[in-house]
Amino acid sequence: MSPLQKGAALILCVIFAFMVLATILVPAPYARQFRDVPNAGPSTAHLLGTDALGRDSLSRLLYGTRVSLLLAPATALLSTLIAALLGCAAGFLGGWFERIVLAVTDLSLALPWLFLLLTVRAMLPLDVPPMVSIIIAFLMMGLLGWQASVRVICAAAHGVRDSDFLLLARSSGCKPARLLLRHIAPNLRPLFYAQFWISIPLFILTEANLSILGLGVMEPMPSWGNLLRGFEDFSALAANPWRLVPLILLVTVVMCFQLVLPSQEVTP
Amino acid sequence: MRRAWAFLVFSFVMCWSAVVRAESGQSGGELHFCLHGEPKTFNPLLVEEDSSETIRYLTGGVLIRLNRQTQALEPGLAVSWKVSQEGRRIAFRLRSGLRFSDGTPFTAEDVAYTMKALMDPQLHSPTGDSFRSGEGRVDVQLPSSESVVVTFPAPVAGLERLFDQVAILSAHSPKKEMAVLGPFYVADYSPGSHVLLRRNPNYWKKDKGGKPLPYLDSVRLDIQRNHDIELLRFRRGEIHLINALDAEYFDRLQKETPGVVHDAGPGLDSEFMWFNQVPSASLPEHKKNWFRATEFRKAISMAINRADLCRIVFGGHAHPAFGPVSPANQFWFNSSLLVPKYDSAGALRLLEQAGFRLEGGALLDSSGNRVEFTVITNAGNKSREQMVTMIQQDLSQIGIKVNLVTLDFPSLIERMTRTYDYEACLLGLVNTDLDPSSQMNVWLSSAENHQWNPKQLKPATAWEAELDRLMRAQSSATTDKRRKTDFDKVQQIVAEQQPLIYLVNKDAMSAVSPVVMGSSPSVLNPHAFWNAELLRLGADPALGAQK
Repeated sequence: MSPLQKGAALILCVIFAFMVLATILVPAPYARQFRDVPNAGPSTAHLLGTDALGRDSLSRLLYGTRVSLLLAPATALLSTLIAALLGCAAGFLGGWFERIVLAVTDLSLALPWLFLLLTVRAMLPLDVPPMVSIIIAFLMMGLLGWQASVRVICAAAHGVRDSDFLLLARSSGCKPARLLLRHIAPNLRPLFYAQFWISIPLFILTEANLSILGLGVMEPMPSWGNLLRGFEDFSALAANPWRLVPLILLVTVVMCFQLVLPSQEVTP
Repeated sequence: MRRAWAFLVFSFVMCWSAVVRAESGQSGGELHFCLHGEPKTFNPLLVEEDSSETIRYLTGGVLIRLNRQTQALEPGLAVSWKVSQEGRRIAFRLRSGLRFSDGTPFTAEDVAYTMKALMDPQLHSPTGDSFRSGEGRVDVQLPSSESVVVTFPAPVAGLERLFDQVAILSAHSPKKEMAVLGPFYVADYSPGSHVLLRRNPNYWKKDKGGKPLPYLDSVRLDIQRNHDIELLRFRRGEIHLINALDAEYFDRLQKETPGVVHDAGPGLDSEFMWFNQVPSASLPEHKKNWFRATEFRKAISMAINRADLCRIVFGGHAHPAFGPVSPANQFWFNSSLLVPKYDSAGALRLLEQAGFRLEGGALLDSSGNRVEFTVITNAGNKSREQMVTMIQQDLSQIGIKVNLVTLDFPSLIERMTRTYDYEACLLGLVNTDLDPSSQMNVWLSSAENHQWNPKQLKPATAWEAELDRLMRAQSSATTDKRRKTDFDKVQQIVAEQQPLIYLVNKDAMSAVSPVVMGSSPSVLNPHAFWNAELLRLGADPALGAQK
């Protein structure tokens, strides 16, 4: 592990520690409104200032980190697993199965998912607890966010299928399932990682967009997504640069994840 | 000596012309501002959305004009008018010698033609709907070429005020509705881009100095749906005014150029919430009982800190609302209503009287059910989301848990009007009409917009029956005084029963470039260009600053 990787891992550990210890560390409950000091700058009482409703920004950031860092990777994992399963199978088997999977993928990419999500949200009961609504939102994203990865994984699996080592394994009498699980999938592991890490910030931002449409994490529960909604007002951002902290944290986490990753070369 | 005299005379003439120019303003120029959507029609009788309404206002000539500043009726194409037969008949005396923008003479026949078209059931005119008071034909008589008498089958409430919306059409012009009597006419329309209005050379009004109005040569209305881009263009000086600003944009502009923004005070628009009281709604019975209890609704109203909503959500550009009429509506506002104070302890006492109890920080009803409900509002509306979030904290102080769910607008309307699958809702009402008759569709128990329990076959409660009676009485009363008495009682009942819990009246805010002279933003719409005929563009911002 290089010093850079160690540094990235350390930063991630610190962020995770803050996330886990959020309940102890927060100066105030994330939903409490200090109405005398809305939009306040950093002070000893509020280290990162307050938001438009006077809520402590640090508390919201810590709790938002907890929501996003737990649920966005879980969603990315779900979508990557679906993509890996379909992509590997399609790439390895080829023929009509590959054509069907790719056709379904293309069709899915062409569908207006936003409207489907809106319809799904409209059909859900209104009186679900906030945590359940968050899980539903991320679950929907996971189940619907695999299409782009499938095409990449399928193409890579296609390349591996014709490789010499697979020919050798096949000639040794390996069954298709074993070929898929023991030879193809391990060789595509860096690709899976890459797809997984790429998906995390994507899902965080998708959640932010869905929050605007009423599908993501609802107020007063914080998440990186709804904290990033503060960026709608650029002039306010210029006057209050400390509001950039959620973005800095997001970029830092994504970069650290990328650095900690093992090499992404597909080695036969 | 002769030279000295000549110099003195020359100086006097120069000074005098400068004074005259400063007083009467500089004519000419093109005013630019934005429409937020495509105008759906140029027929003034078919107007039902903002963009077409803007064009109707700027081009239409009306018999009677409501002054947006004084809220008084002023003569337009009619020099005088008289309402008789308990509001069934109105007689106009018309101005003589007027011409439409294309040169066609204006006569009483044009008024008769317009009234006939307006009341034609085949046309489905939204403006005409407000005149429909009963079965039967509208009779229009022309005793002379300069007088018109219109008789309706039944009394029409606030009859003369309704004529502010009726732009007179030409009976004989080949240009049909494009021939107008207002200050401007439509010269060019490029779909998706702009509408160009040019100065009507035949416009009848003159300024105090006898100079023909309007001063402006033209008005260019750029079609721009995006409010951020509109703001950006205003900052760049590409457009001269923004007719309606929200608090966030107002503050942003005020920081940059304090002189350009105008807060005319509380407007007619209000934000309110209500509980679902529909008997067939799929809610647990105990929740239906809470929502039907007057004490519960009053306690909720008392426990909401409206002053904080105004200060924090709207940056101080809103006023606490306690009833269906904004204080901006000078005549119809019931100023004798007691202004309820924010009092969470009082709210708790009221709830305890109604059988609720606070246990371990949670409010329970008499059967032991935790008081918790979900408020829905439309997604993407930041201020409404913030209001619900603040209400969450206010009500948590009396042990009530409030959840927020935002829905896209069609889903919200579906739940509000068809499935009734919701507990409470927070929305706003854009009010453009001062007259209470425009609120008939809200207060009548049989009305579709009687949101808390719409389309009732017969009033569910005694106070709703009383609301029905008073609203019908005010709509058929012959005098404004009598109508005011009835509508004051309506406001009183609404304040006592809180079927709609009014929260805030947003201020009417607009932005006008310093280059525009003669602007005087009002609380009534159109805020910034209601006196468009008197607006003029200064040569430079410094000149504009003289206003």
